Amino acid sequence: MDKLKSMKLLMAGLIFYVVVQVLSAVGVLNGYFMVIINRSLIGVMFAVSLNLINGITGQFSLGHMGFAAVGAYTSGSITTLIFKLSPRHPEDAVVFVVAIIAGGIAAAVAGFLIGFPSLRLKGDYLAIVTLGFGEIIRTILNNIAWVGGPRGLLGIPKFSTFTVIFVFTMATIILIRNLVQSSIGRSMLSIRENELASELVGVDTTKYKVLGFVVGAFFAGMGGGLLAHLLQIAHPTQYGFYASALILIMVYVGGIGSLTGSIIAAFSLTFLTEGLRVGIDWLRDTAGVPIGTEWTMVIYALLLILIMLFKTEGLLGMREASILIIKEKQG
Amino acid sequence: MSALLSIQNMTHYFGGLKAVSEFSFDVPEGVIYGLIGPNGSGKTTCFNLITGIYTPTQGKILFQGEEIQGHKPFRIVHKGIARTFQNLRIFNNLSVIDNIRVARHFTTTSGVFSTFLRLPSFKQEEEKVREEAMDLIRLMNLHSRATEMAKNLPYGELRRLEIARALATKPKLILLDEPAAGMNPKETEDLMRLIQRVRDEFKVTIFLIEHHMKFVTGICEKVKVIDFGTTIAEGRPEDVVKEPKVLEAYLGRKAVVC
Repeated sequence: MDKLKSMKLLMAGLIFYVVVQVLSAVGVLNGYFMVIINRSLIGVMFAVSLNLINGITGQFSLGHMGFAAVGAYTSGSITTLIFKLSPRHPEDAVVFVVAIIAGGIAAAVAGFLIGFPSLRLKGDYLAIVTLGFGEIIRTILNNIAWVGGPRGLLGIPKFSTFTVIFVFTMATIILIRNLVQSSIGRSMLSIRENELASELVGVDTTKYKVLGFVVGAFFAGMGGGLLAHLLQIAHPTQYGFYASALILIMVYVGGIGSLTGSIIAAFSLTFLTEGLRVGIDWLRDTAGVPIGTEWTMVIYALLLILIMLFKTEGLLGMREASILIIKEKQG
Repeated sequence: MSALLSIQNMTHYFGGLKAVSEFSFDVPEGVIYGLIGPNGSGKTTCFNLITGIYTPTQGKILFQGEEIQGHKPFRIVHKGIARTFQNLRIFNNLSVIDNIRVARHFTTTSGVFSTFLRLPSFKQEEEKVREEAMDLIRLMNLHSRATEMAKNLPYGELRRLEIARALATKPKLILLDEPAAGMNPKETEDLMRLIQRVRDEFKVTIFLIEHHMKFVTGICEKVKVIDFGTTIAEGRPEDVVKEPKVLEAYLGRKAVVC
């Protein structure tokens, strides 16, 4: 039963993959759509990993893209350096995958360091520290010449194809799902529910809070690496507070603690942003309505306000799609 | 008989307020021990000191002969002291079985990687935890609720769930903070029987705080009465309730009539 259920998740992923590939091959999905889909998938990695910190463990991180930046710059530096030194091709894939994972590990180290303040800080105070962390990362990157400074890290080889991004995203979903639905995950959830009670049923709350940050940062770092190798650039402004806030919005719109919600929200919000832009362009150019592109963010924000008003717990609350639940024996 | 828990000259200040004053007492192994006293007399503070939420300003707490004062709460749980709370502290958005499974977590050894990959050793361990949790659920008569969200349970069942969760840590000593609070006479009656059963079946020592005199005299074998952080009486419940000092400080005139 356990096998069958986890197969279902893989099957659903595979169907998505095949459909996109086929639609792309017959030309229904052009390059533009593929970019949006790729960005949505990376958004899923960011949102699901942030959900582990904010939704599952109940901490509050406002600097999630800081971890992504660490991953992006680490892996980007590795690949650009290696391909400058030896522009050979057969080992491409290996170098790339190793670089992405190295980016994840570097981000995890950053997560460990930032996790320590969470030993003593809670709620708003922790949020301020993580916000500061994200800004520190951005400022440092802005001032290091050998990663491009304010110009950004340029000339990153384009490695992130749909297939690669898809595989990493599926891995992220499955591994975090496995973690959440385990003894370790339940300990993290118990911290969110009641930290004192958690400690008093024997959970080393400090350890699991830090673990939440480390694991969340690891996957965010890999997401950052993939993004850098998709856009072929890593730029400090991509990883600032605004970007972190967008991921945070995905987590809250989807439902705090619901991985399914994060997945759905990452896709819908990425598509919504693009859709609004296209829609407003159409209104202005074709329908002749005098409306500027700056209105996309106004409408986007209004929609978010409406969602939060009518679905305070997010689209899915704490619910999980059945294919994401590991089936257990009863009785 | 040697004492399972031995408190020696324990004193605790909140700022200038002396909440607990030079407490010394022993809880022998296997008994149901009651700590009673009026509101604000330092009972819950005493529990918070034993479980490591506070560190006593002075004095020692010995559990099985080992000093535990100043240890972190979760480490004290690992040593074998579990507790429940006066105002329930249930993990509301977790299912009943998950509430109990959290308390078994510290006995598991699977790391992040075997969890990520759901290795056979991990699955075996999870299955063991699940079975142990189900045993407790059945014992507490909660089996029809196993997968229900804890927040949907009625009050009486939540009280039982909290006791089950405390038992899941396999303690040698359980501290119950007003277990009968908010219960009607029938529920209180059932709870008394349950506590006695738990003591006999799990071979645990029970140390409880209670206001409810009938409850205390009904199940406690030994009680200690405190007021303003100092002991005013100690002994068998039926003797203690007759002491004038106790009547005056705690029970008052009305309670005597009852």
